[in-house]
Amino acid sequence: MFAYYPIYRGYFRTSIMMMFQYRIAMLIWLLGGIIEPLMYLVVWRTVSQQQGGAVGTYSTNEFVVYFIAMMMVSHGTFTWIMWEYVYRIRMGQFSVMLLKPIHPIHSDIADNIGYKFLTLIVMGPTVLLLAWFFDASWQPTYWSLAAFVPVLTLAFLMRFYLEWSLAMVAFWTLRIDAMNQAYMVILLFFSGKLTPLTLFPEIVQRAADLLPFRWILAFPVELLLGRVTPRDLLIGIGAQLFWLLAGYLFMQLIYRAGIKRYAAFGN
Amino acid sequence: MEQNSVIQIDQLSKVYTVNEREAGLVAAMRSLVKRKTRDVNAVDAISFSVSEGEIVGFLGPNGAGKTTTLKMLSGLLHPTGGSASVLGYRPWERNRDYLRRMTLVMGQRNQLLWDIPVVDTFELHRAVYRIPEAHYRLAVNELTELLELESLLQKPTRNLSLGERMKCEIAAALLHRPSVLFLDEPTIGLDVTMQRRIRRFITDYNQHTGATVLLTSHYMADVEALCKRVIVIHHGKLLYDGELTGLADRFAPFKTVEVKLQNGVNNRPLAQYGELMAQSEGRITLRIPKDDTASVTGRLLSELDVADLTVQDPPIEDVIEHVFSQSPSPIDDSEAQQAQSA
Repeated sequence: MFAYYPIYRGYFRTSIMMMFQYRIAMLIWLLGGIIEPLMYLVVWRTVSQQQGGAVGTYSTNEFVVYFIAMMMVSHGTFTWIMWEYVYRIRMGQFSVMLLKPIHPIHSDIADNIGYKFLTLIVMGPTVLLLAWFFDASWQPTYWSLAAFVPVLTLAFLMRFYLEWSLAMVAFWTLRIDAMNQAYMVILLFFSGKLTPLTLFPEIVQRAADLLPFRWILAFPVELLLGRVTPRDLLIGIGAQLFWLLAGYLFMQLIYRAGIKRYAAFGN
Repeated sequence: MEQNSVIQIDQLSKVYTVNEREAGLVAAMRSLVKRKTRDVNAVDAISFSVSEGEIVGFLGPNGAGKTTTLKMLSGLLHPTGGSASVLGYRPWERNRDYLRRMTLVMGQRNQLLWDIPVVDTFELHRAVYRIPEAHYRLAVNELTELLELESLLQKPTRNLSLGERMKCEIAAALLHRPSVLFLDEPTIGLDVTMQRRIRRFITDYNQHTGATVLLTSHYMADVEALCKRVIVIHHGKLLYDGELTGLADRFAPFKTVEVKLQNGVNNRPLAQYGELMAQSEGRITLRIPKDDTASVTGRLLSELDVADLTVQDPPIEDVIEHVFSQSPSPIDDSEAQQAQSA
């Protein structure tokens, strides 16, 4: 594991250097990640106020905290790899990565984390500003805060493996935009990104339990909100570990099949 | 297997399955139900071996299968048949130790990161290839000197000219001191001076490190300067494997005779001596069958007022062109083996 340290340091260094070259593009991108949850926040807050201060089990204040937390968790876990892969394979860039004596996933992980750290400069103040503006009140417990760190890390990794594997469908067909879009819609509904899952009918909630998406977003968010009991925390971490392992095996499988199929386009 | 052979290929094949569709809407709809595919033999059972320290030219027209072969040897493509071993590894298993010991340079291929200074890509390579600091410094200094990179290292890749970029690409590909080099058109698009510099560099690197080089190029000057031995493939099949000088003997059954006449050409019946290739004031160039060289030059000297006469092998470009314009008649295995051991 430690053998990878200098490599990751190298990747961080170069990816941050490159991001500085594209400051504006990065900022616009970041804005998208802020506006989407902000939109849901405003909608649900308005609905809740008109319903007399609550919808289902969520109070107006909880909606505000929920979507601010969602903004952070979503930012922390999102990847852009599904779009990147098509380009990478179509342009033959994947060949360059394959020639290196290291699995290509490492540079992607480093790139992603590098971006996250760099954008903290904007994300951190934005979160504080929104909390102040919407007058959010939040009293987390120490244990849920402590548990949040490993839960978010697991969420990040499982999402990374899942999306990295799906991205490799580009080995079979380069027209995966429709698939990406479908994935985003499913994620939107079953992850709790659009609305807290408890507001959905029972059957949707049970479906969400069985899919990986809620363990990526809703679970860490609910943990921050203090809506997860210690027992549910253990179940949640168990589900995360299960999906992480499944994602890892899936990634290995599809990667092996994919590079056999890889046609090294261009050049 | 030869004792010190670094690259050993046996009956290596690659078949691409391509979708085939006729033009038109009906055909497009039909292809939804039933796809028509066609197999293309990009590389068709080729065998050869390359010894340690050799520089071998890998020649063939566009689409002959050169790049596909190099991609298989560097582990990018899985073959559909046959076997290959490089430094004792099966390339497409992509063993990390293998990847650390070889390199593939492709013209136009970008391994330099576009937006950051060249030296920062080098630094990243140092980490990825786990090159010890001292070795890295030594390699950078040496490559900087040999390729004259001094003024380029601090510039972002996007600000470099094609030639400058190519030099830096080559340097980046060699930082880890690979012992096997696959060079695919390393001088493509470069001016003559730059081509010459890169050629000299490849020779130097080969002599310094004893690395084995397999190189493709469309520039015969590259091949003539670097390779004693060439392997020619056409339509995926091996056509020739042997000394570069032997290529003319084998494939060019003619010689070029240039004659300078004392009293000008003046409507003399020159076609009787051979095929008239060029004619200018007092000077003619004839192409004659190799076997007739002695008799025709004898006749020219006795029948015409010759001031000067030279007999040459045709330029290597012409030979190659001649080879590729013929229908493929691959030499059989025994001949290939003979050529190899020659």
